[in-house]
Amino acid sequence: MAGTEKVAMICTKGTLDWAYPPFILGSTAVALDKEVSMFFTFYGLNLLLKDTSKLRVSPAGNPGMPMKLPYGPEWLRKIDWAPKLPNLFMNNMPGFEWAASKMMLQSTKNHGVASVEELREMCQEFEVKFLACQMTVELFGYEHSDFIDGVEFVGASTFFDEAGDASKTMTLYL
Amino acid sequence: MADFDQELDASGLNCPLPILRTKKTITKMEAGQVLRVIATDPGSVKDIEAFCNQTGNELVSSGEEGGKFVFMIKKS
Repeated sequence: MAGTEKVAMICTKGTLDWAYPPFILGSTAVALDKEVSMFFTFYGLNLLLKDTSKLRVSPAGNPGMPMKLPYGPEWLRKIDWAPKLPNLFMNNMPGFEWAASKMMLQSTKNHGVASVEELREMCQEFEVKFLACQMTVELFGYEHSDFIDGVEFVGASTFFDEAGDASKTMTLYL
Repeated sequence: MADFDQELDASGLNCPLPILRTKKTITKMEAGQVLRVIATDPGSVKDIEAFCNQTGNELVSSGEEGGKFVFMIKKS
């Protein structure tokens, strides 16, 4: 087979919405017979925690996000509330982040999209290598026991070793 | 007589689940056997083709039946 044989990813984001791209691409790449390593660093470490309930969507400072209700009649669901709500309001309204996260979870259910946990389990079942950056684990005060089983705690040089030969590896920075 | 060995109904599932389920099912099958996949995700039309391109399995047919997408994949 021609083309990429390996995929190496650097995952740096720790919100609920940004949890999707790494796990979708990781699980899909293995399904296409690639060897996959995912290196989680800084906020990306959140994606490997046993408890994913702290993953939230951040509406604050995110003008790109439409806010559509996943409940109610069709006409109500079609309204995009984002341009109607000033960003200042979204930044300061207590509970807004929680509500936005609940809405995102409901939307994923409505559209047959897998949960973050489901995609993560699929990656593990397909033997995607999960690497966690030991330096940021310490920096953020995590314990190894905070993370799911099967995670290796390593440094930057291991990532480069995993990525290996650039002519055979596709490296993604997420 | 059915002209396939196994069937996978991925209706209602969105990207990348139809591909992941297809992979899981086909892994357990034997070379030469045919898997019939049913999906409702419009993206699956190109995605199943790409899956076959990348994995070397043969896409025998791809079409629409009663508003759903139906694929026949022969394991290599």
